[in-house]
Amino acid sequence: MSGSLGDLVPSLADYLRILPEIILTIFGIAVMMLEAVSQGKRTYLGVISLVGIAAALVANVPGLLTGTLPLPETAFHQMIIVDGYAVFFRAIVMGVGFLSILGSLSYLDREESRNGEFYSLILFSLVGQCIMVTAEDLIMVFIGLEISSIATYILAGFLRDDRRNNESALKYFLLGSFATAFLLYGTAWIFGLVGSTNLDVIRKWGGENQSSVIMSVAVALVFVGLAFKVSVAPFQMWAPDVYQGAAAPASGFMSAGPKAAAFAVFFRLFMTSFLPIHDRWAWLVWGCAIGTMFVGNLGALLQTNVKRLLGYSSIAHAGYVMVALASASTIGVSAAMFYLASYAFMNVGAFAVIGYAASRNERFVKIEDLAGLGRRQPAVAALLSIFVFSLIGVPLTGGFAAKFLIFRAALDSHLVWLTILGLANSAIAAYYYLKIIVAIYMRDPDVAAMQLEAPPASLQLALWVSAFGVLLLGIFPSALLQFANSSAASLR
Amino acid sequence: MDAFLTAILSANYLAFTLLIPLAGFFIVTAAPRRSRLPFLYALVSSICAFLAALRLIPPVLAHSSGFTSTIDTPWVESAKIRLHMGVDGISLWLILLTTLLVPIAVWATEKMVHERRKSFFAMLLLFEFGIIGVFSALDLVDFYVFWEIALVPMYLLVGAWGGVNRFKVSVKFFVYTMAGSVLMLGSILYLHSLTGSFDYVDILKAASAGTFSLNARDQTLIFFGLLAAFAVKAPIFPLHTWLPNTYAEAPMPATFLLAAIMSKMGTYGLLRFAITLAPGAAHRFAPWIAVCAVIGIVYGALLALVQTNIKRLLAYSSFSHVGVIVLGIFAFNQQGADGAVYQMLAHGISTGALFLLAGYLQSRRHSVEIADFGGIAVFAPGLAAAFSIALFASIGLPALCNFVGEFLLLQGAALANFDWAIWGALGVILSAAYMLWMYQRVFLGKLNEAIEHFHDLQWRDWVPIVPLILLMVWLGCYSQSFMPSISGATSQLLDNTNMNNQYRVKVDQGVAKIAAIHVPAEVTHVR
Repeated sequence: MSGSLGDLVPSLADYLRILPEIILTIFGIAVMMLEAVSQGKRTYLGVISLVGIAAALVANVPGLLTGTLPLPETAFHQMIIVDGYAVFFRAIVMGVGFLSILGSLSYLDREESRNGEFYSLILFSLVGQCIMVTAEDLIMVFIGLEISSIATYILAGFLRDDRRNNESALKYFLLGSFATAFLLYGTAWIFGLVGSTNLDVIRKWGGENQSSVIMSVAVALVFVGLAFKVSVAPFQMWAPDVYQGAAAPASGFMSAGPKAAAFAVFFRLFMTSFLPIHDRWAWLVWGCAIGTMFVGNLGALLQTNVKRLLGYSSIAHAGYVMVALASASTIGVSAAMFYLASYAFMNVGAFAVIGYAASRNERFVKIEDLAGLGRRQPAVAALLSIFVFSLIGVPLTGGFAAKFLIFRAALDSHLVWLTILGLANSAIAAYYYLKIIVAIYMRDPDVAAMQLEAPPASLQLALWVSAFGVLLLGIFPSALLQFANSSAASLR
Repeated sequence: MDAFLTAILSANYLAFTLLIPLAGFFIVTAAPRRSRLPFLYALVSSICAFLAALRLIPPVLAHSSGFTSTIDTPWVESAKIRLHMGVDGISLWLILLTTLLVPIAVWATEKMVHERRKSFFAMLLLFEFGIIGVFSALDLVDFYVFWEIALVPMYLLVGAWGGVNRFKVSVKFFVYTMAGSVLMLGSILYLHSLTGSFDYVDILKAASAGTFSLNARDQTLIFFGLLAAFAVKAPIFPLHTWLPNTYAEAPMPATFLLAAIMSKMGTYGLLRFAITLAPGAAHRFAPWIAVCAVIGIVYGALLALVQTNIKRLLAYSSFSHVGVIVLGIFAFNQQGADGAVYQMLAHGISTGALFLLAGYLQSRRHSVEIADFGGIAVFAPGLAAAFSIALFASIGLPALCNFVGEFLLLQGAALANFDWAIWGALGVILSAAYMLWMYQRVFLGKLNEAIEHFHDLQWRDWVPIVPLILLMVWLGCYSQSFMPSISGATSQLLDNTNMNNQYRVKVDQGVAKIAAIHVPAEVTHVR
């Protein structure tokens, strides 16, 4: 960072490192413009968005376009870093975006809504998330978080004639901005202390000043801001309301994509910059992990609305990921990465089925409305049960492999009680997930109005891909796990 | 052609036994719904699995100890999980029992289940896949995976085809079992954090070689985690409360498999894993577990005595019998362990036959209330005869299967603690009381006036019963066909347990000497 002007001009290599973000931005703007000028059916805009995400996914493959192996590479004066970890999470969030759009093509047609805006919002949100996961500087974290959040606030209230959507968006926006303020405030404290917002500089400073109380306060502020975004107790209040109110594909997207990105930031910050003062935040994470698991699972026990139930379940799952953070080890990081990948598949899949089974205007979102789905649409029911069994954590699904890795990491860090309580929680969780299974396979359909049309091809594809992902991660977790392991090891 | 034959004969039949039901599951799922094809596919694949399982016998008989027909390949390399499976004298017979009973369940389903049969068959085969895996897994993660795979289809069988209370009952069954099994997962992971290995054989080897040992606290944690899963499944008092409802609500073929096979998962787990991986804790807590088992024996028998429903009576009887097996396991001697394995087989056959016959009663009368029957032996002498044989086997009449098992179990229990044997014997006596009283009220005495006619067994009803009756006699009269291989495996298992629990029994020129070996004060880990 010398003073010469020439150094400040980004090189081509810098731009290539954010190529996925650039592609997503271009496609996002293009889709938004086309929406304004096009007439009639706009499903093709969805296809364009899918192409955009696919192109960005290809650009995300390291070394393919830049030829810059080995990772990691920083760009824009250490503002962003493209390492295995970032590539992994970029792939997750873009995968979530891809599946969400694929699953919502028919949904949006059914709801007669403005497709193009929906797709461009998802693309913009993805840009923000990609910036978050590549951020090597707290300012970049903030910028990415804001880009992602503002797009998701609008997504939450996308069906603007729907009262529930409006409530959802307003709640999300007010609480979300409040939380972001905490993050920003924490960043300001850190800048005041360290004189830099660069993560690496913060870590070095922390190593030398381990007893700084002010640093602990700053870390606590950042923790609050991020804990809100990933819906960790006691900052989880918004999640069930927002997921219940928003359109089902939007809920699926919000519960998987932005959450994964926020967790990526969480782990990057706490496992690098704040690792030197691990002793000071370890108990905080431990307590929040237990609190989150119990709040999520106990809250879900009494729900009758499937979307709300999945909202609580997403809180519980955030709790399991916090267990990985509590283990504060490399295998903990890789377990969390694996967890978020498999959670993305199963949750997007589950929400896609709910959006489909809910019929127009989402009239049927109660658990009993799923009654007899096994007879009405056997294939969809089978896929939904794969997602649900994965959420429970039954072997041969991604959900099991992920939970297995997380609790293994926790035990290797000698967190015996956290593991016992976490495992007890996954048994509690079985109870409410089984309500869905009971409805689809064991109860007879009783509502005459529930004539479900066969699922459209695009939705079927999204479901099959999600289910394939869930089973692949469950049966052959090796490849992804190896990548996660090596990425996590390079994080330090 | 010769090369082909050699390849077939030298192939790993455990892999076949395991994969045939899985393949059958997919074939049945893909079969057209409204035809007899799902039934035929299910029957053929389950019989093929049985034939493949028969080929597992010669290697086990040839090796008196150790595992045969092993499969050992990496599965998740980065997490050091292997696909390690094998068969010894304990698992062999349980696998054979499973593969024999599943075709019978398939056969019975054709008559006893009236809707969505295709899915029913598919679930039976998936269940079989899981169970065979449970009985042959030698990697602890594999064991857990198969354990859960077996749970899901059984849950769906109970929940989707069960009686009126099926929703509540099936969810209770699942959550109860899941709560136990996640604690087992905790134990497995904890053991891994101490040993760095998931491999059962490796861990035992390291423990026997003295390169690795667990301190008392770790043993206690691991033991109770494992016990949680096994005690729910077996079940051991007071974790049995799911059992009567589940047995009563489940459709007959599912009850048949629950009682005959699924309860053995718990006792098998105790014998294979709980007492070998945490031998010190197992010895320390044995008296407490024996107390629970004894309560279960007596309490189960007394409850069976007052039941008005045949299925519930058999459920409590099954629960009571399992208590005796648990006593035998925690006696830590040769007779007890042999008896436990033998009784698992005998109990599977006799209880299975009783539930199957109860299923015939139900399909004829559409009820299993004892009060709805009475004197039907007049109309159905065949059914009455078959029922009486199974019943006598169940109460331990000599020359029938349960006698051998119960004799060994009580002998083993008496050697460990004579009081245990007294209570166990009380359970056996009570079983005679409730069984015979039930038989009297159902088959003998005055004919129930509501019954106008009662069909006797037809040939297709006899098909599954006959092999079971033959086996009852075979196991009762000629235990030598099974015992050497069982003893070989159990003695090795007990060696591991007892030796690792501080004492090594050295047999020296016919004189048993007990030499104490001190547990090293410092815990050493294998990494």
